[in-house]
Amino acid sequence: MAELEAGTRAGSQRPLSPHLQIYTPMLTMMMSIMHRVTGAALYFGMLLLAWWLIAAASGPNAYANVEWFMGSLIGRLILFGYTWALLHHLLGGIRHLIWDTGRGFEPAEREMLTLATLIGSIALTLVVWVIGYLAMGGPR
Amino acid sequence: MSERAQMRTPLGRVRGLGAAHSGTGHFWHQRITSIAGIPLTIALIVIVIGLLGRSPATVVQVLGSPMVAIIMLLFIINTAYHMWIGMQEIILDYVHEDMLKLLSLIANTFYVFAVALASCYAILKLSFGV
Repeated sequence: MAELEAGTRAGSQRPLSPHLQIYTPMLTMMMSIMHRVTGAALYFGMLLLAWWLIAAASGPNAYANVEWFMGSLIGRLILFGYTWALLHHLLGGIRHLIWDTGRGFEPAEREMLTLATLIGSIALTLVVWVIGYLAMGGPR
Repeated sequence: MSERAQMRTPLGRVRGLGAAHSGTGHFWHQRITSIAGIPLTIALIVIVIGLLGRSPATVVQVLGSPMVAIIMLLFIINTAYHMWIGMQEIILDYVHEDMLKLLSLIANTFYVFAVALASCYAILKLSFGV
């Protein structure tokens, strides 16, 4: 027991590791944060998917409500953000899978991968939305 | 005390616990679900784009067709597990107060189960048309 108490006392007096505010913001760090933020956003975004599916299963009136909301300005903004968050998290996940194999850790490589995540997610979001508008037959 | 027991760290010996031997389980499952999530997410985007602006009858028919329904179910189940692990990791990182941490972890499980089950139910209802 003496050991445990000593361990606990020592534990409570240990200095904490420095947290985010002490570091100079870097791209890799910001994208790491964004990966978590987009993940958390998508966590709640699953409610939208559930709402859409339940509405489709409930009938035309319920589905019309979803369509009305998603078609409104605020709905489209949310969907646009959802699309970007999804694609950013997707590309960020691929980057992490590459890193998991031990590759891509050289300074230039990791900067390139990180930048590719950001630029790629924005570009793909625009591509998806252009295709989406074309699929709907132009803006309404 | 046997010689084998002496191999444990002092803290582990005192607590009588040692490692749980499941420390990398969630890490590994998060990778598996992320790999599965790549094609499933692309498929979801294609399905949603294909259904934009379509009539409710068409949406019901497409979402209820076997291939689309199976892909949607895979996406929902895979994503549910992935986001359950992810949110648990976030909670464990930031919530330090014991009771709040416990309640957050429980809420995470409840939320994920509810959203996943509701989504799956909707797909199955569209598939079987009852």
